[in-house]
Amino acid sequence: MIQADLNIILPEILLAVYAMGALLFAVYTGKDRLAPLLTWVTAAVFVVLGLWVATGSGDHIAFNGMFNDDGYSRFAKVAILFSSAAVLVMGQDYMSRRDMLRFEYPMLMALAAVGMMVMVSAGDLMALYLGLELQSLALYVIASLRRDSVKSTEAGLKYFVLGSLSSGLLLFGSSLVYGFSGTTQFAGIIEAAGHGHTSLGLLFGLVLVISGLAFKISAVPFHMWTPDVYEGAPTPVTAFFATAPKVAATVLFARVLHDAFGGVVADWQQVVAVLSLLSMFLGAVAAIGQRDIKRLMAYSSIAHMGYAMMGLAAGTAFGVQALLIYMVIYVTMNIGTFSFILMMEKDGQPVTDINALNMYAKREPGKALAMLVLLFSLAGVPPMVGFFGKFYVLQAAYEAGLIWLAALGVVASVIGAFYYLRIVYYMYFGDEAEEGLDKAGTPVLWVLLMASAAIIGLAWLPGINLLGVEAWAEAAAAALVN
Amino acid sequence: MTDSLLSLVTFIPTLGAVILAIFLRGSNAAAQRNAKWVALVTTVVTFLVSLFILAEFDPQNTGFQFVEERDWVLGLKYRLGVDGISVLFVMLTTFMMPLVIWASWDVSKRVKEYMIAFLLLETLMLGVFMALDLVLFYLFFEAGLIPMFLIIGIWGGANRIYASFKFFLYTFLGSVLMLVAMVGMYVDAGTTCIAACGEATSLMTHSFASESFDILGIHVVGGMQTLLFLAFFASFAVKMPMWPVHTWLPDAHVQAPTAGSVVLAAILLKMGGYGFLRFSLPMFPIGSDVLTPLILWMSAIAIVYTSLVALVQEDMKKLIAYSSVAHMGYVTMGIFAANQQGIDGAIFQMISHGFISGALFLCVGVIYDRMHTREIDAYGGLVNRMPAYALIFMFFTMANVGLPGTSGFVGEFLTLMGIFQVNTWVAAIATSGVIFSAAYALWLYRRVVMGDLIKESLKTISDMSGRERAIFAPLVVMTLLLGVYPSLVLDIIGPSVEALIQNYELALAEAPSAATAAVQSH
Repeated sequence: MIQADLNIILPEILLAVYAMGALLFAVYTGKDRLAPLLTWVTAAVFVVLGLWVATGSGDHIAFNGMFNDDGYSRFAKVAILFSSAAVLVMGQDYMSRRDMLRFEYPMLMALAAVGMMVMVSAGDLMALYLGLELQSLALYVIASLRRDSVKSTEAGLKYFVLGSLSSGLLLFGSSLVYGFSGTTQFAGIIEAAGHGHTSLGLLFGLVLVISGLAFKISAVPFHMWTPDVYEGAPTPVTAFFATAPKVAATVLFARVLHDAFGGVVADWQQVVAVLSLLSMFLGAVAAIGQRDIKRLMAYSSIAHMGYAMMGLAAGTAFGVQALLIYMVIYVTMNIGTFSFILMMEKDGQPVTDINALNMYAKREPGKALAMLVLLFSLAGVPPMVGFFGKFYVLQAAYEAGLIWLAALGVVASVIGAFYYLRIVYYMYFGDEAEEGLDKAGTPVLWVLLMASAAIIGLAWLPGINLLGVEAWAEAAAAALVN
Repeated sequence: MTDSLLSLVTFIPTLGAVILAIFLRGSNAAAQRNAKWVALVTTVVTFLVSLFILAEFDPQNTGFQFVEERDWVLGLKYRLGVDGISVLFVMLTTFMMPLVIWASWDVSKRVKEYMIAFLLLETLMLGVFMALDLVLFYLFFEAGLIPMFLIIGIWGGANRIYASFKFFLYTFLGSVLMLVAMVGMYVDAGTTCIAACGEATSLMTHSFASESFDILGIHVVGGMQTLLFLAFFASFAVKMPMWPVHTWLPDAHVQAPTAGSVVLAAILLKMGGYGFLRFSLPMFPIGSDVLTPLILWMSAIAIVYTSLVALVQEDMKKLIAYSSVAHMGYVTMGIFAANQQGIDGAIFQMISHGFISGALFLCVGVIYDRMHTREIDAYGGLVNRMPAYALIFMFFTMANVGLPGTSGFVGEFLTLMGIFQVNTWVAAIATSGVIFSAAYALWLYRRVVMGDLIKESLKTISDMSGRERAIFAPLVVMTLLLGVYPSLVLDIIGPSVEALIQNYELALAEAPSAATAAVQSH
């Protein structure tokens, strides 16, 4: 029995063993000299594990329902592993040139990935909490990786304090749910909560759990940490925050709401819809005043989480499918955008002020064009793939009767378009400046930027069909919502 | 060949753009010349190939022709086709683009990117007029904003940043509301196919709910159809543009480079009118009927108000931009008169306005290239040194006013005739606009061209070059030809328009009694 259970979580075990083993190995041998090698090896491990997970099939339940291995979790794991690999190799050059590439960095990423994989597979409030905390602890440390920088330390501390608060909320909610349903398993909770009648205690528990999870995906009003952490953390770390953990948290969010509270959609639909609406508007409006591209991307991610939650608020299988597709597109766009941000340098120093992009198109037409594609996609302008993501969630919301949410959401997207256009304006419309950014960048960054722009700009063409993501997402959503 | 002719026409410009992007290197004079020639050849080839569409087109067939269908993302279909209403817009686009490219011969700033932007824009504009799938239509419709945003922003005048942002955000806001409505139609009808989708139901034949209901305390007559209509209206009215959401247009026109203004006036504005004919009237007949009085009065106000505003303009391009808004007022009026003369006239007016306003912007471009100002006061007495220019400017001024014998007259006359049968008051007010338009157009002409040449700076101005004259020649020919022989256009659009009106009236006749009662009460 235990043998079968272990087989099911073999990918997680292997990754954890790898992370700990490599950590020990590096401590007793070359330490930081091994860091570049470890980065590449870890990325390779991510990719191999991702491919392995992708070949899995069927529904498996381990440890009496604490851990699910179904199409839904596999979809999320593949997205998490691939995007983590991309982010890991993306930051390598940046970190090593600034003497930040410690050997702990790839190991912490690997441990965070283990946490995320447990999160998306959780079938029980305990497993959920374990995965979430493993991921969060790794992220707290990564955020303050740059020990001698005040901002980085501040980012780590802020993230830790507020993160602990949200963990507390989550735990409190979990204990209420446990108290009023008598079980921590999702399968048990759904029976206790279902059939239209929810006890007040359970409802309180649900709301507190939602609050805790909303913090992790930085939905308004639990978003306050996002801009500061994004700004303070080293850029490659910011890129990581903006991608894989967001996927894990949204996927977990959907899993809790559907697996544990799927019978009482009406009880949480309004809450999620309001979170979605607030996130879209705050993300759109607050970014207008930002001059720092990392803060700007923080607000952008808040707004995008708002759209993703629009799919979640629908409370249907189609909504979950829309959510998954939206997240994959979002992650692809962010990998490209952060590759671009990592290339913004002057005299070897990173620059994050968008003023510095003045006339970038003149100096580096290829990169500017790629960024143009990504920006229009972030704004949701067709034919970029970002538009199809929006179309999908709008459709899901509309079908679920949330027409007001869809209508207000598109209005927010117009407001949001302004600040994406402003970056285009700096890159293309500005007056001739005698000096601008360096011609910086490594082949890795260049490849990631171009690949992401090509996917975003072309994957909608007939015959490419979003690279088949749609069918996978449909199967994944069907595995979650029956 | 005919089974993918439309895709061929649509994507030849893209091919040209890709060739430019990949193979053209450097930015010296030779490279610039090559970029211009590649763009010109591409657009000319596109035009020539598109002539096959016109040659093979059967006006008596009121359905869609040259239909082609492929699988596309999200279970949608890539579906193109033309009917009598859209085919001439396709031709207008392919006809104008070579002239636009040729008129840009003196551009020297980032020529390659300039040409790529225009070529991509051509593909997107053609796609709008051919798309037979809702999402595909939206894709082309919206994507066109990107190259136009860049054209205004990069190659525009001094205040280009403001104008480009205003253009983009204004039209984007209108369009996203349409997007929500489109999602709603998809959910309601279960298809995004506009027409000619074989066995499956199409949006044209699907009837959307029209039972009145209350929402937030407001009684919505015509229910769902009215709301859908309003969402589409938000997009098309901005695009047209209709008063009072026209304010982006003068800014965009003034700041855009000459070629950008021409494309904007000649083709992009027509997407709004085309949208009304393709979506609003056939798909939401009851919604249209409920809101017709509003639109008619908005059009009448547009005609008079913007004509008056045009009178006080100091900037030539702005004056012509306001005149465009006024002329588009005739178009919306004609469309929502919803009778044969009205809609015939509206389409005719759109085609003719494409030639005339395009030519007028080119006229401004001619002297702007020489003097680098659009101030009316900076000119005067040009006839003394530029007789050929004076003649051509005169011709298009007259056409703009609607002089009989030019195509401008036919369109205005038909729309006024159509509207007179529906609403005499609106017709009377709109007719006064004809007089105003004569006033501002002739006054502009007098101040720029007539009188003595007293300004020092103008003493050395040269008349039009051979290239400039050649650009105007086809426009003059088309304006005259359509003016004296309008059947060229009317024969092609007639049957399709007739079918459109029949369906519209049928739908109104079958309307649920509640809505009809409300309709009759106004």
